[in-house]
Amino acid sequence: MSAPTKELLVVEDLRKWFPVRRSLADVLAGRERRYVRAVDGVSFTVVCSEVFCLVGESGCGKTTTGRLIVRALRPTSGKMLYRVSEEVLDALRALHVRLEGDSFVDLAGRFRGKADKLLRREVQMILQDPYGSLNPRQTIRDILEEPLIIHGIGGSRDERLELVVKALKDVKLTPPEEFLDRYPHQLSGGQRQRVNIARALLLKPKLIVADEPVSMLDVSIRAEILQLMLELRDVKNLTYVFITHDLAVANNICDRIAVMYLGKIVELGPATEVIRNPLHPYTKALIAAIPEPDPRKGRAIKEVPIKGEVPNAVNVPPGCRLHPRCPYAEERCRREEPELKDVGGGHLVACHLY
Amino acid sequence: MTLLEVKDLHVHYRTLKGVVRAVEGVTFELGRGEALGIGGESGCGKSTLAFALMKLIPPPGRIVKGKVILDGKDLTGLPEDVLRKEVRWKEVSMVFQGAMNALCPVFTIGDQLAGPLMYHWGMSRREALERAAEALEMVGLHSDMLRRYPHELSGGQKQRVVIAMAILLNPKLIIADEPTTALDVIVQAQIMNLFKKLKKELSSSLVFITHDLSLIADIADKVAIMYGGKLVEFGPAEEVFIEPKHPYTHLLLSSIPRIDRRTKLTWIPGTPPDLRNPPPGCRFWPRCPHAMDICKKEEPPMVELGRGHRVLCHLYA
Repeated sequence: MSAPTKELLVVEDLRKWFPVRRSLADVLAGRERRYVRAVDGVSFTVVCSEVFCLVGESGCGKTTTGRLIVRALRPTSGKMLYRVSEEVLDALRALHVRLEGDSFVDLAGRFRGKADKLLRREVQMILQDPYGSLNPRQTIRDILEEPLIIHGIGGSRDERLELVVKALKDVKLTPPEEFLDRYPHQLSGGQRQRVNIARALLLKPKLIVADEPVSMLDVSIRAEILQLMLELRDVKNLTYVFITHDLAVANNICDRIAVMYLGKIVELGPATEVIRNPLHPYTKALIAAIPEPDPRKGRAIKEVPIKGEVPNAVNVPPGCRLHPRCPYAEERCRREEPELKDVGGGHLVACHLY
Repeated sequence: MTLLEVKDLHVHYRTLKGVVRAVEGVTFELGRGEALGIGGESGCGKSTLAFALMKLIPPPGRIVKGKVILDGKDLTGLPEDVLRKEVRWKEVSMVFQGAMNALCPVFTIGDQLAGPLMYHWGMSRREALERAAEALEMVGLHSDMLRRYPHELSGGQKQRVVIAMAILLNPKLIIADEPTTALDVIVQAQIMNLFKKLKKELSSSLVFITHDLSLIADIADKVAIMYGGKLVEFGPAEEVFIEPKHPYTHLLLSSIPRIDRRTKLTWIPGTPPDLRNPPPGCRFWPRCPHAMDICKKEEPPMVELGRGHRVLCHLYA
């Protein structure tokens, strides 16, 4: 690899607030509009050909962040600078799309027509639920052909068929002919997830957002899908934003990890560093809570320092968001929000303890 | 002292597309106060086995053969009304999968907990609510919860209520079917701690069903691994986890991603068998790295390895 630290995506102060519906009584009483602060000021950089993990419990904003990156949602504020390749850059210039710097496009902006399609090809998503994400009334061939038709790739039906067959081979659904005319219900969970991956890869994207791609699969086949994703990264020169709640999975496939809590990143760093040497009390608790398949280590009541459950993202606690659950909370944590600070070696943590 | 004995249990579902042999010839025993963990991939028959222990298999499922002996009584022979009045909840209770949906949304927690006490123990409403408050305290909830409705509770709290419901009548056996699947890791650890605490305080036995072998290692004294409707390995937790004998158990354990080290990822190739039409011989041979000719033809015998450890495999015959 020529330049291993070339940024592909730079996310700056990204926010997504969902308004909460007010009742008529609220409106009459003049109560202020309230928001679910799903993503609330998140900044990170994804480097070319790495696996970047967003880890956190449900409701921490990791999926919303993923959906913002693929432009399924529009952010409330913030920037998502994406480095486009030379060919696409020329095409975008011809369409008079506003560029940031010499080779970045802000994905938070609005795009129309051709520019929109060009950018959508660049960033694709693998969805979590292999049972719900494939149309039950379409055959595998129809499912995989659809993005090609939409993007006008492959002139004839035969040409498209060739591309679909190749995509099936890429994800090791062989022989491909056997899968073309099948319906999703005739496939196992693992096979469906392969179809999902094939669909994401058909448009030759550079960046893939994978939202919990293995959480609904049996443990016995998870590794097979993860290994396939890693192989495809090397062959197709992909970069992953990998969203998961499972730190053990993250430990085994990720280069860098960002731990999210209530819409903020609380810790970010190289995977081995974050897992071997966690600094934030929340990360420590997440790691302590993972059960290990060794009866000699279990049995005893486990110390889980963090109490209770994640609060509602409408009423975000002031100061540090973790302070009501944190065993080390001091006066300062209740007032001041800690900033994400570098403690050395690219390991960042947002905690007043450091 | 043995509390539960399951002998050669067969459960079949008769469907239009053929008979699904969900549980085939399962035999095991469980002592008083012991915890048994049943593990395996989805579709291996572990949930069906759990429901069979209460004789609560949804139609078209039926116990076609075998016995479930709880405290000397064969449940398979008992009529439905006796089961309902004398056995279910009083002797065996269950923590259902997806506690989120196991509570009725239109009754308060108090009403839902008081119901079984009034029905089974003939308590007055007031007495029942007092006992319900005690049960809530045991699972770490405040008695204020009695007046609340399920939608006012968080996922972890609902799970605790469902566990309180299961321990309400001091049953001899509690069955927990994937009790933590819908929960976050931190809440999962809290609920596992609760199970460990209850196991110490109550004398009940526990059957813990999950696809996550790490959770079994966390709580179980004995482990049963199921594959394709059959019990393929059974034994004390230490032995099964540290020296797994069946190739399936071995592969299943090594496919768990670990937090304490970064390992090469391994998996089990292929898919589990179709239980309508399982392969001849050993059900695992199409995926087994040690498959021999005999595995494809003859069903493997259950081999005793001593200390209650047994395995269904030709390698040890």
